[in-house]
Amino acid sequence: MAKFKLFTEDSNKSPLRHLWRNFKSNHLALLGLWIFLFLTVLAILAPLIAPYGINEQHNNSLILPPSWDDQGSVNFLLGTDGLGRDLLSRLMNGATTTFGLAIVTALLTTLFGVILGIMAALSKGWRSSVLNHLLDVTLAIPSLLLAIIIVAILGPGLMNTVWAIILSLLPQYIHSIRNIVSQEMSKDYVIAHRLDGASKWRILGKGILPNIYEQIVLIFTMSLSTAILDIAALGFLQLGAQPPTAEWGAILAENLSLIYLAPWTVALPGFLLFITILSTNLVGDGLRQALQKRKAS
Amino acid sequence: MEPVLKVQALHKHFNVRAGLFRTKQFNAVSDVSFCLGKGETLAVIGETGSGKSTLGKILAGADNSSSGQILLNGQIIEDDGGRVENTKDIRLIFQDPMKSLNPSTPIGSILNEILILNTELDSQARREKINQTLLNVGLLAEHRNYYAHMFSGGQIQRVALARAIILDPKVLVLDEALSSLDPSVRAQTVNLLLRLQRETGLSYILITNHLSLVKHMSDSLLLLHKGEVVEYGETHEVFNSPQTKLAERMLAC
Ligand SMILES: Nc1ncnc2c1ncn2[C@@H]1O[C@H](COP(=O)(O)OP(=O)(O)OP(=O)(O)O)[C@@H](O)[C@H]1O
Ligand SMILES: [Mg+2]
Repeated sequence: MAKFKLFTEDSNKSPLRHLWRNFKSNHLALLGLWIFLFLTVLAILAPLIAPYGINEQHNNSLILPPSWDDQGSVNFLLGTDGLGRDLLSRLMNGATTTFGLAIVTALLTTLFGVILGIMAALSKGWRSSVLNHLLDVTLAIPSLLLAIIIVAILGPGLMNTVWAIILSLLPQYIHSIRNIVSQEMSKDYVIAHRLDGASKWRILGKGILPNIYEQIVLIFTMSLSTAILDIAALGFLQLGAQPPTAEWGAILAENLSLIYLAPWTVALPGFLLFITILSTNLVGDGLRQALQKRKAS
Repeated sequence: MEPVLKVQALHKHFNVRAGLFRTKQFNAVSDVSFCLGKGETLAVIGETGSGKSTLGKILAGADNSSSGQILLNGQIIEDDGGRVENTKDIRLIFQDPMKSLNPSTPIGSILNEILILNTELDSQARREKINQTLLNVGLLAEHRNYYAHMFSGGQIQRVALARAIILDPKVLVLDEALSSLDPSVRAQTVNLLLRLQRETGLSYILITNHLSLVKHMSDSLLLLHKGEVVEYGETHEVFNSPQTKLAERMLAC
């Protein structure tokens, strides 16, 4: 009869449950996840639940301070800007533009990155070395700079920003995925799977992907925080979203001239950006730590 | 009686770098021939780098030979590096069983995948077969839901064994598969292997450095040195009267 090992509650779980347990024990990461989920919901629902339209002007209430101020009004919870537009509605819609678009961008980057990264990992010989050297060159340029160069070529605009960010993030993505996949490929269980008669694609889909998708999610969170920052930065530089689009970076830039008169119009979008990037990074960091912890156990 | 496995003049060379643009041929296995009968065990020994693992990989189909033939039940399955699609009859057990199992898939799914790829069984029959195989190697049917990291060292070896025998192979190649186990677990596993051999007529190719294991399990013995066969014969004969100096030295201790 087999000798039995006693299992602690902890080890007696699927790798995914194990990961979630490790992640949960990190309270900051959990807080980050809640904020992240809240922002996601906000990004989806903002156009429906925002009290006013983003370009609705209220001519008799210009530069109104937030409602907790003596001069504020309950009708405009976070005050209004120089054109009499409700700041709350603009910021809520900004979640859709900045955060929502960043998610789409990061998702597209993930999709292209995974496909190209896997192809790079499967290629051999001169093709792989050409690709490698090409990636190394682009990796040396910071992604924001690369994005600015690409926008300069494509011309300003929100959609061009998205493409520019995807293109500038792709090299590092391909590089990481390629490393992760080729690391997995050299493991014994892949050889075993091949000896069982599995084809190359079956090994990839059934053998390797279940082992690396957590790392893909990790890279996704990292590229997401870069994407948010880049979209906002390009919007702020008037290269991305153009006013009157409600995009946090663009709102910041628009109201910069009012900074002494109406500081809240600048502080609030800045604060939102800060929170958003912080929560994304917290989630990414927590995930990385949880992955490491699982590997160590 | 016709041997199950017959290997004729098997060669394997690797191209290794020698200088900037030149490559040199390195013979990892050269001119190896042997026969293996049904229910017999062949031990392959040799010092490190003598080509034991390379030979095992070629036999199991993980690598291709450069020239030579491998015959299974009189049929050629590998001829000068070309392999007939055949994954069922010669199976490899890896040195580290933990690494040879996908960490994110339960054992049952791994076994199920093997059956899907190699048999026509329907899901009910596959389930039956998995349970029966697990029981056969001394595990429980419930273990199908376990992940690799949940097994102890001796159990994981049994899982690896289950994975190898689920297709009812004719030959098992064990590449140092028993070396990493502690003595009591090794004894258990050896007994399990011998029982399976008695019951099903499996043949083993045992790649190892444990001379006591060789004496205990094997019928014949193949001694490799730098890829070449130095000594080949029945185990007790080779032990009693080694023909070469090298064999004398290696078998003395
Ligand atoms: N892919 C490869 N490319 C080049 N040389 C190789 C390759 N694989 C093995 N070799 C060489 O072939 C020789 C035999 O290797 P092999 O792994 O078969 O040795 P071994 O007998 O199993 O040794 P050990 O007892 O240490 O496991 C070694 O000298 C090794 O360097
Ligand atoms: Mg070896």
